[in-house]
Amino acid sequence: MSKISADQVKHVAHLARIAVSNEEAEKMRDELEKITAFVEKLNEVNTDGVEPTSHVLNMKNVMREDVPTDGLPREKVLKNAPQHQDGQFRVPSILE
Amino acid sequence: MSLFDHKLSELQEFLHKKEITVTDLVNESYQRISEVDGKVNAFLTLDEERARNSAKSMDKQLGNESSAGLLFGMPIGIKDNIVTKGLRTTCASKILENFDPIYNATVVEKLHKADTVTIGKLNMDEFAMGSSNENSGFKKTHNPWNLEKVPGGSSGGSAAAVAAGEVPFALGSDTGGSIRQPASFCGVVGMKPTYGFVSRYGLVAFASSLDQIGPITRTVEDNAYLLSAIAGHDPLDSTSANVKVPHFADSLKGDVKGLRIAVPKEYIGEGVNEEVKKSIKNAIKVLEGLGATCEEVSLPHSKYALATYYLIASSEASANLARFDGVRYGYRTPEAENLIELYKKTRAEGFGDEVKRRIMLGTFALSSGYYDAYYKKAQKVRTLIKKDFEDVFQNYDVIIGPTTPTPAFGIGENISDPVTMYVNDILTIPVNLAGVPGISVPCGFAEGMPLGLQIIGNHFGESTVYQVAHAFEQATDYHKQKPQL
Repeated sequence: MSKISADQVKHVAHLARIAVSNEEAEKMRDELEKITAFVEKLNEVNTDGVEPTSHVLNMKNVMREDVPTDGLPREKVLKNAPQHQDGQFRVPSILE
Repeated sequence: MSLFDHKLSELQEFLHKKEITVTDLVNESYQRISEVDGKVNAFLTLDEERARNSAKSMDKQLGNESSAGLLFGMPIGIKDNIVTKGLRTTCASKILENFDPIYNATVVEKLHKADTVTIGKLNMDEFAMGSSNENSGFKKTHNPWNLEKVPGGSSGGSAAAVAAGEVPFALGSDTGGSIRQPASFCGVVGMKPTYGFVSRYGLVAFASSLDQIGPITRTVEDNAYLLSAIAGHDPLDSTSANVKVPHFADSLKGDVKGLRIAVPKEYIGEGVNEEVKKSIKNAIKVLEGLGATCEEVSLPHSKYALATYYLIASSEASANLARFDGVRYGYRTPEAENLIELYKKTRAEGFGDEVKRRIMLGTFALSSGYYDAYYKKAQKVRTLIKKDFEDVFQNYDVIIGPTTPTPAFGIGENISDPVTMYVNDILTIPVNLAGVPGISVPCGFAEGMPLGLQIIGNHFGESTVYQVAHAFEQATDYHKQKPQL
């Protein structure tokens, strides 16, 4: 597997919405390389025809009756918000 | 002698005879906390006023316990990633430093029905990512047996508080060993139940396909009572299993005659400390002496469990932790020009290094072009690891081995190299990947530090796991030793 570049680290950090400085990106690159080199051990395992496991118990598509219930009251939902206004979460501008 | 040296059934009898009150039990907790928590650092937040008020109102019911819950009046500490209404819940992260939950986790509602008294919230590695509590965003918990050593993690606060006699009961959570490893390091009993047996509603999610809440206590019997109180199907957690919850304490007969016990050769092989191996050989002798048969088996994919775990857990974490964005709750960066910058700066400033490292690994493993090579590959290997366990359980009742490859290590010893730190979880991780239950019970000492015997059962085989754990505990006296603080 190819080495990880600093640009790749910055791309991943952008996807993860984490701001990184050039120094941090360099450190993360080293760590990611070490960890990915370690996990590549899995390539030794023959998994032809093996189904992936996402859930360990034999259950899928759990359904329930579609009964409407009350949601949380607005003042409680906003209680932990860093900023709110007029009953809504307040954020900086989204559009330029 | 502390009141907490008595087991639950004895304390219930004392309460029933009015020899003690719930207030006495709550006093005992806060008294001990004021004496030792300055050294141990197990608690992040105390709930003293509410605890004392509940104790007072419970004391009015004394002598009339017909309606009393299973754990009437018992002080309990709760890991700080389990939400408690009106009681600060931080996940030991700066990003949730002032988070005040507006509802209770299902397990907390169940504890209320069982009539426990919540003493406070316990320290952990940030978002449960770590094996030493050194990743807490607030403070490091110390091992009560030796303050220079780590308590383990991520439920290090829970295990240390029980070991130090601050609370007789605690809840932890276990994604790759986070209940069993600290229980082993601190010489207490910690159980990770079958995946889906305990509701995860209100447990702040780390890796949703692996996370389970479970009890940490001083004895197997107390542990069994606490699990009976918190387990069961929950409509609010669609992954919770619809199975009956047995009264586990009834299966504790001290008898293992005729049980077939498997000992995986991979669990006592390379990388496992000699003293640890010795303690397991001794445990095998004890169990054989009680009439069980022990045979060596193989779990051939064990060596791939760690890599599988780090891909799956980090991938799931990168998705779960997307919710911490500085908009609806938690920390927000003081200055941001636009929304994207708000997200990025909030997360860069709010998360610690290990959390960022795992979000980065998970995001990378799920990103376009890498998904099949990393995430999907890991899920396929997970199937093989799970099958290893299924094969063994065709012929055996339980699997035993060490909980950890070494006793507790020194604070600062492993923090610099993430992969060395991860190796600590090598014997506990396969259990989470397979979704089976596992317990750690004290089984010896090395250089004055406790060691743990791990007993693993088949899916929903908790009764058998407790039966073996209890028989071993009753035949030994490791659990009777207490740290001197």
